[in-house]
Amino acid sequence: MERIILHSDANCFYASVEMLYHPEYAGCPLAVGGDPEARHGIILTANYIAKKKGIKTGQALWQAKMACPDLVIVPPRMDLYLKFSSMLREIYGEYTNLVEPYGCDEAWLDVTDSTVLKGGGRKIAEEISRRVKRELGITVSIGISWNKIFAKLGSDYKKPDGITAFTKENYKELLWRLPAADLLYVGRSTRNTLNCYGIKTIGELALSDPKFLERLLGKMGLVLYTFANGWDESSVSPQGYEAPVKSIGNSTTTPRDLENNLDVQIVLMALAESVAARLRKHGFKCKVVSISIRDNGLYSFSRQKKLERPTDITNEIMKAANELFQEHYNWQHPIRSLGVRVESLVLSDIPIQLDLFVSEEQREKQEKMDQAVDEIRRQFGYFSVQKAFMYQDKALASLDAQSSHTVHPIGYFNGR
Amino acid sequence: MENAKVYVDVLVNFDNDGTMSPVDFIWEDGEKYHVDRIFARERCASRKAGGTGICYTIMVNGKESHLYYEFDKWFMERRCS
Repeated sequence: MERIILHSDANCFYASVEMLYHPEYAGCPLAVGGDPEARHGIILTANYIAKKKGIKTGQALWQAKMACPDLVIVPPRMDLYLKFSSMLREIYGEYTNLVEPYGCDEAWLDVTDSTVLKGGGRKIAEEISRRVKRELGITVSIGISWNKIFAKLGSDYKKPDGITAFTKENYKELLWRLPAADLLYVGRSTRNTLNCYGIKTIGELALSDPKFLERLLGKMGLVLYTFANGWDESSVSPQGYEAPVKSIGNSTTTPRDLENNLDVQIVLMALAESVAARLRKHGFKCKVVSISIRDNGLYSFSRQKKLERPTDITNEIMKAANELFQEHYNWQHPIRSLGVRVESLVLSDIPIQLDLFVSEEQREKQEKMDQAVDEIRRQFGYFSVQKAFMYQDKALASLDAQSSHTVHPIGYFNGR
Repeated sequence: MENAKVYVDVLVNFDNDGTMSPVDFIWEDGEKYHVDRIFARERCASRKAGGTGICYTIMVNGKESHLYYEFDKWFMERRCS
């Protein structure tokens, strides 16, 4: 039996919630922006009026003000948005137990088994749309299809407050005309690669030779080929399903732009300390370390490397992060934000191959030292014990990465 | 523009099955009103006041009115004259 999958996307989520709570700004361009004092001064979401005037997510607040002088900027209230997110999920939960959130404003719903009771996909979508509007005062766009990928494209197709169904009858006509970049996992670089070979639309991608795509993009080439043809069969995870921890990471926008290697090392050390402490807390070791860098032009990239042996030692993670940085950054621009992430986690007590040329005694000592530091910090607070290295710039070192880390939405593949 | 959202003090009754019902509320001028009847209770957004909550449609002194339970506070909409 053909599945019926909905993808529901709350339009301009943060901005819509703020619009509801600020009726006095009705008809005004409004954006939710980070705190300019702490230099997280970017637009997080803008409402449609502001978007029409050229306001984009990620813009610096001052740029936004220049583009649209009468723009109303309100600070974010994450706790409120999360409440709305869970109220949305409550509504979804009345139609199916198969609700898989994707970030806090999007979710897939598999309503195949509910259609007997609640009517067809479109009827359920209309009901959800109506209820969200009436009960929460915001709007959602909903896509309906037989697979998750097409459903997601459907929710993007008509905004705001739209319902779009991609069926086996109409998808070639409608969906195949969309740019390939609309597809999940086609980012800037994949788009450019595809563009070089004249593949601009999803249809052209679907009709390409899969072997050619695999040569071009590796494994992802085949995945995208499957996506474009509507053959994605991944299931919608039941509500409350949580992916096992796949990676641990921290990133931060620094209090000032980083200008040289020492600045970077101080911040990397703070991040590595936090990541390593969380690894130890959860009883993992990592085999891969990656860093992400965003310069002050907001261009960002990440690089990763495999370690020779699993570790949870702060200094080893720091060393890997620093090596990655030295190898891949040429200092064309100052740096605005940095991140350290560890992946390929293994349980910390698995047996490992010892190395003749590395002093295991030394490693053991390091491990014990890290544990001692963790214990001191647990009892007396994060700043009670610090590496002397960090004192070279107190402003940068003052970031307590561990308690200020954020939760990122899990990826599409859920670690499968 | 005058704020259309008015937070009010509410006296609430809990049944033994946990059902919550407003009994009295005090308007911003200090006057106390009695909730004579509750017609409906449903989640509803108030665009006028700005917010969402469990909306109680109530009868007060022979007039229909709405009382919203917003997470942990109660609000009403100001009638604009």
